Amino acid sequence: MTDAITIAAVRKQFEGSAHPALGGVSFAIRRNEFFTLLGPSGCGKTTLLRMIAGFEEPDEGDILLDGRSVLGLNPNRRPVNTVFQSYALFPHMTVAENIAFGPEMLGLKRAEIRERVARMVALLRLDGMADRKPRELSGGQQQRVALGRALAAAPKVLLLDEPLSALDLKLRKEMQIELKRLQQETGITFVFVTHDQEEALTMSDRIAVMARGEVMQIGAPVDIYEYPANRFVAEFIGDTNLVAATCIARDGAAGRFALAGGAEIVAGDAAAVAPGTEVTLAFRPERVTLGGSLTAVMRHAVYLGTDALLHAGLPDGSVLRARLRAGGVSPPAEGTAVGFGVAPDAVRVFTP
Amino acid sequence: MRRRGLAPAAPAALFLLAFMVGPLLLMLYVSTLERGAFGGVVWDAHSLAAYEKLVFERDLVGRLALNPDYLAIFARSFQLAAITTTVTLAIGIPTALYMTMLPPRRAAQLLFLITVPFWTNLLVRNFAWILLLRNGGPIDGMLNRLGLVSGPIDILYTPFATGIGLVYSFLPYMILPIFVAMERIDRRLIEAAFDLGANRLRVLTRVVMPLAMPGIVAGGVLVFVPCLGAYVSPELLGGAKSMMIGNLIQAQFGASRNWPFGAALAMVLLVILLMGLGLLALAGRRRKSA
Repeated sequence: MTDAITIAAVRKQFEGSAHPALGGVSFAIRRNEFFTLLGPSGCGKTTLLRMIAGFEEPDEGDILLDGRSVLGLNPNRRPVNTVFQSYALFPHMTVAENIAFGPEMLGLKRAEIRERVARMVALLRLDGMADRKPRELSGGQQQRVALGRALAAAPKVLLLDEPLSALDLKLRKEMQIELKRLQQETGITFVFVTHDQEEALTMSDRIAVMARGEVMQIGAPVDIYEYPANRFVAEFIGDTNLVAATCIARDGAAGRFALAGGAEIVAGDAAAVAPGTEVTLAFRPERVTLGGSLTAVMRHAVYLGTDALLHAGLPDGSVLRARLRAGGVSPPAEGTAVGFGVAPDAVRVFTP
Repeated sequence: MRRRGLAPAAPAALFLLAFMVGPLLLMLYVSTLERGAFGGVVWDAHSLAAYEKLVFERDLVGRLALNPDYLAIFARSFQLAAITTTVTLAIGIPTALYMTMLPPRRAAQLLFLITVPFWTNLLVRNFAWILLLRNGGPIDGMLNRLGLVSGPIDILYTPFATGIGLVYSFLPYMILPIFVAMERIDRRLIEAAFDLGANRLRVLTRVVMPLAMPGIVAGGVLVFVPCLGAYVSPELLGGAKSMMIGNLIQAQFGASRNWPFGAALAMVLLVILLMGLGLLALAGRRRKSA
């Protein structure tokens, strides 16, 4: 089966910009996949989305839809539709007219258009709102109309440009579930752009983490979170302890690393690191346990409800964060030396 | 609360009362008077003769007979105003559209160029058209040299020349409000329309034009209304056979010395325009609520 979208060595540099917006990006998006482009602003994710939609052309490289190049094809000729960050609903049209716009442009028959509008109204729970104007709707309702309008044209790929960023937290959570449901019900390939890592982890089948016009890592949420490919991904996704260390010994794939000031950490997967190499070790705060050889001086504890986040000073001056179950256990007192431990399989090794 | 809210509007209200409502009432009053023997009016002799004169004339034995002369001037004025509005729309919409697609700096430059003619008196600019359009003038000479016509073009002092003058004079009033309306349209709406499969024509007719409609209507009113009362262009370029209402009114207060008739003409024009604008406003409200 051909991929829904293939991005092949796409380069783009905007006039007057010192760095390329996209520096030769290649990857494929599978059919019926919920694919997320995740990265900080300016990483090139929106540029890439606009290229798939047809609003920008790459300087070099190719973009294929269903195995066929769409370069040079105007946005109205591409079988993709976009949900815009600002929704971009037509203010002079009713909800029904907005939804009908795409099917009308496709030249469908009146009955078919009416049928599609009715289906979208039902699918997006917009009953009773068909005759209202966009400005009479709440933010969440406008969001659903924008989704319905884009889906009504029955695209092969739905592009979503940070569609949830204007909603408040509660509504955003609801819409995340709603989007996932829509994607599964319609079976359409979703390409979702966001800078919100939690949003990406919640909804995506696969995530491409982007930075400075490059793809840093592509993988399932669990891979991205548990096995970050580099320091950037580890830092960008979730909370991470990063400590500088030197490899002192190797035992098969495992390696022993010394921190400045004496403590040692064992990493399970360090096959690529030769003894003597200076590295950065990364591990999640929730993988840090009480009791172990990693001694740090307790600074303060933050109570988070289910968890408590402990901050402790390592001998080299950096801060170690440990996230522990809060229930019943009172955190160590400030100023006391506490032994922490990290499971070897929780430690990632990055060079440098 | 309510009284305090209106207080800041008092100076404006007083100004309007003194300089607009007052003169209008005075004009209405004058239109119901009899003309004085040597011009002016008889301030205490009332008559509707001025309004009657618009449609009828008295023959030698004093019977009323239909006189189409003044009605013809009204008809010509409406016709010329309508044609001018149509032509300025046809030029103004594409021009405004073009300007919105330019980079902001270039659009600002063009906007500046469009307002440059306002710096020169309207009279002078219309006079310049006499020099351009007259037989033996540059346009005449060029058309003859190109072989497109042979002999004098005979454009000056025709309704056509008046039309050229009117279009020229009022075009900026059409372009500016349409440009402002189009400029305010969210670019993402246009992208969304393209994204949903609309071609350029559909984007224009289904999204850009409906959203620019307030500007188009405003431009239409700004051109049609003053055009109807235009005085300078028909006076300088039109000659005797293409008199418009403005010239007719001016003549009553000038050479003809018939103030009541002049006032009556102005009142009739005003009432027709107010009714037209009222209908337009009603249609606009219905469109908004629909």
